[in-house]
Amino acid sequence: MTGPKNLESRTKHIRETWAKRCNKVLYMSSVETDFPTVKLNVSEGRENLYWKTIRAFQYIHQHHLDEADWFLKADDDTFVVIENLRYTLSTYDPEKPLYLGRRFTPFISQGYMSGGAGYVLSKEALRRFVEGFDTGKCTHFSNIEDMALGKCMETMKVEPADSRDVKGRQTFHPFPPDHYLIRQPPRPRPCSVAFVSRGGK
Amino acid sequence: MLSEGAHFMKGMVLGGLFCLLLALLGSLRLGTESGTVDHHRHHHVQAPSKDELTRLSDSRMQELSNQVQISCIIMVQPKILVYWATAANTWSKHCDKAVFYTSESSKALEAVDLNEKDDWARLRKALKHAYENAGDLRWFFVAQPTTFAIIENLKYLVLTKDPSEPFYLGNAMKSGELEYVAYDSGIVLSYEALKRLVHVFQDEEKCPERGRALWKLSEDKQLAVCLKYTGVFAENGEDAQGKGLFNSKSVYSVISDSMKANPNNVVEGCCSDMAVTFNGMSPNQMQVMMFGVYRLRPYGHDFHDLLMFDPPEGSDND
Repeated sequence: MTGPKNLESRTKHIRETWAKRCNKVLYMSSVETDFPTVKLNVSEGRENLYWKTIRAFQYIHQHHLDEADWFLKADDDTFVVIENLRYTLSTYDPEKPLYLGRRFTPFISQGYMSGGAGYVLSKEALRRFVEGFDTGKCTHFSNIEDMALGKCMETMKVEPADSRDVKGRQTFHPFPPDHYLIRQPPRPRPCSVAFVSRGGK
Repeated sequence: MLSEGAHFMKGMVLGGLFCLLLALLGSLRLGTESGTVDHHRHHHVQAPSKDELTRLSDSRMQELSNQVQISCIIMVQPKILVYWATAANTWSKHCDKAVFYTSESSKALEAVDLNEKDDWARLRKALKHAYENAGDLRWFFVAQPTTFAIIENLKYLVLTKDPSEPFYLGNAMKSGELEYVAYDSGIVLSYEALKRLVHVFQDEEKCPERGRALWKLSEDKQLAVCLKYTGVFAENGEDAQGKGLFNSKSVYSVISDSMKANPNNVVEGCCSDMAVTFNGMSPNQMQVMMFGVYRLRPYGHDFHDLLMFDPPEGSDND
């Protein structure tokens, strides 16, 4: 997911690095270019992110559904190790209604996947997402893309699958590596609130 | 009266200039004296190519990978405590032996306290100590904790080289006539080179403990001067394709440079896959580097390495 502003500074580097390892890659924007980017009928900006995501998945459903088993949504500041994604997905059936990512628990009872960390929909999950908007079962009730998509997944009975490794460690990360690798000293708190840091060893 | 004064001044100026000239010549002589020694094929040392290794028998390869052991000499100071701690916590664990030598002791971390403020005198003491305590180790890597090193790649570089021959490797630079190995990207010495060096330390003429030149030479240049007297010359450490393995810049810097120089071929046109050192990274960046180099890997990706170097105990590998 990108836009005209970031093509040169960010998306170009994605195209030259990890995107080469996808079976297929599409760059979603509001403007069509030779990059190449797909023009979706949306405006840029964080408020329009969920609309962009909806239009992107509708576009893929219409034009590219049979070209893949799994559909990864990533932002233009996400880095993906595709081999490891393949490995994680290898035990799941793309014909089942599943989606994977970094699961957050608030707001939606079955949880939802962090947008920043990237998430993957199975082919069946993609069909159901589009169906949800076709039938009105899913709506644009919020701007918050990841949470709202999570709600639609729940409505359409798409299950969150576990993306953690054999040792229970997370494989999708909403922050850069140093956030998880550098141990920070606990900051002094005014009251006795336990501060639990994510990730690390 | 005026003419006498003028004569006197002229004399003073001429005398001063003459003195300066003598001193200049004095320091220059050190460079040219060993010009007669044959430079031969030395100037760069390359890592073995895949062909070279496949020609060796399995047992020979096993022998070599067991024998090549690195003794790390890490020069620290309390003023760079965080770097010291990071080096102790990360890459130095992959050395077969790692000894930290400090200018003054620190309550927080262990080191051999040389109690010496002068950088060159301290380096000499450290090298002498390392030589005297070498044990079975035949390769020596001198670094500062501001350098990040990948010891396995160093082992690969020297794998088929004989440490009883003099080797003095790293990022070879030139300063006038003098070719030396840059300190900030790590200095590699074979046992023979270190032996000759420790011997020439005793020669106050050739290798004084306190430099004689009007201006102070940096330790890496001093080292090159002393080694040159023993017939040991700086050589550039390279991979089988001729790419330098010792980087005086950080990994971010070399990649940015490559993005400007080879925008369509950034990774290929950059640094060696078998890089041994990078310099100028922050302690946090070094922690991320450890993760990137030793932990994170693409599942199923085969690097086709012909050898295995087992990490020493406690080096925190998977």
